[in-house]
Amino acid sequence: MTEPDRSDKPGAAADTLAGGPRRGRVRGRRSAVPVPLLVPALVGLAFLLLPLLALLVRAPWRGLPGQLTSPEVWQALRLSLFCATSATAVSLVLGVPLAWLLARTEFPGRGFVRALVTLPLVLPPVVGGVALLLALGRNGVVGQWLDSWFGITLPFTTAGVVVAETFVAMPFLVISVEGTLRAADPRYEEAAMTLGASRFTAFRRVTLPLIAPGVAAGAVLAWARALGEFGATITFAGNFPGRTQTMPLAVYLALQSDPAAAIALSLVLLAVSIAVLAGLRDRWMTTS
Amino acid sequence: MTRSVRRTRRTLQVAGAGVAALLALSACSSDDPAANAGSAASDSASPQVSGKVTVFAAASLKESFTALGKDFERKYPGTKVTFSFSGSDSLAASITGGAPADVFASASPKTMKIVTDAKDAAGTPATFVRNQLEIATLPGNPDRIASLKDLTKSGLKVVLCDKEVPCGAAAQKSLDASGLKLTPVSYEQDVKSALTKVELKEADAAVVYKTDVHAAGDKVEGVEFPESAEAVNDYPIVLLKDAPNADAAKAFIELVRSAEGSQVLTGAGFLKP
Repeated sequence: MTEPDRSDKPGAAADTLAGGPRRGRVRGRRSAVPVPLLVPALVGLAFLLLPLLALLVRAPWRGLPGQLTSPEVWQALRLSLFCATSATAVSLVLGVPLAWLLARTEFPGRGFVRALVTLPLVLPPVVGGVALLLALGRNGVVGQWLDSWFGITLPFTTAGVVVAETFVAMPFLVISVEGTLRAADPRYEEAAMTLGASRFTAFRRVTLPLIAPGVAAGAVLAWARALGEFGATITFAGNFPGRTQTMPLAVYLALQSDPAAAIALSLVLLAVSIAVLAGLRDRWMTTS
Repeated sequence: MTRSVRRTRRTLQVAGAGVAALLALSACSSDDPAANAGSAASDSASPQVSGKVTVFAAASLKESFTALGKDFERKYPGTKVTFSFSGSDSLAASITGGAPADVFASASPKTMKIVTDAKDAAGTPATFVRNQLEIATLPGNPDRIASLKDLTKSGLKVVLCDKEVPCGAAAQKSLDASGLKLTPVSYEQDVKSALTKVELKEADAAVVYKTDVHAAGDKVEGVEFPESAEAVNDYPIVLLKDAPNADAAKAFIELVRSAEGSQVLTGAGFLKP
């Protein structure tokens, strides 16, 4: 494929849509996207959208209302939304300070700690679930003390679902907030501190508003990841309708016997997450 | 391109053509594909049994089939058995989706039916073993569980398989047969994860297969219960229609169903059909 040479004659850029030739950057057909970028970009887009389209094409539309009005579905969806939101809240409370620590302080082995924080991203979720059991289970390294001192057992409880989702989702938030903090100008904080603000006040009144978009973006990522979390949840918290059966678990088990129901449930999950993400779009598309 | 590279290329091409021809020949030479899975020629070490055999088998067959695969390779030098062990449902889905396999051994007639309904099996599936449920308890059985009824004691954390998967359906059948109501802490997605919960001492008991208790060694203790006779699972095995290596596949099925195979399988806790 050859690309048309971009001629410098103003008449050549007779863009009827733009209303005649324009100075500066020519927009429209003439500011051609280079083919070596355009083709893979379109292939990539098609690759991401095709499976979702296939879901829509093969969805059992006729039986859909019947599938979706069952109380089990709403129970699973409610639980999913509640747990994903709780996991996001926990991630915010713990993750933002952790990101600040990694971005703004110097301590030996900081790079190593940052690598450790990202580990749950690469750990197979089921392994993450087993690791959580070994740590926080009834017989776990820490869990046995939780059990004997406070009578708290996490596995097979809704709290366990939140723990599993937080474990998998928090790294997303930490990474994204830490990136924002590195990009943010530390001189604002320094200026605030020279004016007598304590380090915490500077963080609360200056840094946090500055990085709010990055925090929001990270929170959305973490929420989406928690909503779709399957492996760690089913391994750590098990599967009991109304208590630990989130939407992905319901989908997986429906797939064993009734693929149509599984597709219907997946559509609900898709619709809900698209609605939430679209609602938050203005918030997280803006960059500081 | 240097001469040596060209030569290797040519050699590869010739070799490739040779392999293709061999494959085509073996595909032609495989006799009537509608032959019954069990009625393979019974002369051992027939010359045409060689090459790679791909066996898709239910996860619960892992230990015993791996051992049988080694026996098979010893018996027929020049063969190589590769296994894919997974949930019967997902294996059936990959076979109907066109995965290249020679043999399918599933943990329930229901999952086998998915394959036969899709016309992917050659001949009729044969039941080669049966599997019975057992209660897996913590080592030493600290909760003194002696029957299915004991699982309904309050304060006991019991896990069952989800009723969508074969072990869960069987457990539900046994419970119904004895008129018991049991509320577990979790309905697990497969039998191994139910067992894991007991192995890690997170649950006090699980209803799993005898073979799973057997495979777990001393990490759990098995308790038999009479109601399990109400829900015994049949394991069917079949030669697949598009088997790349039908002769070797038939020989493998034959080994599984022979006295030798039966000994390995019962040693792992399976029952004879």
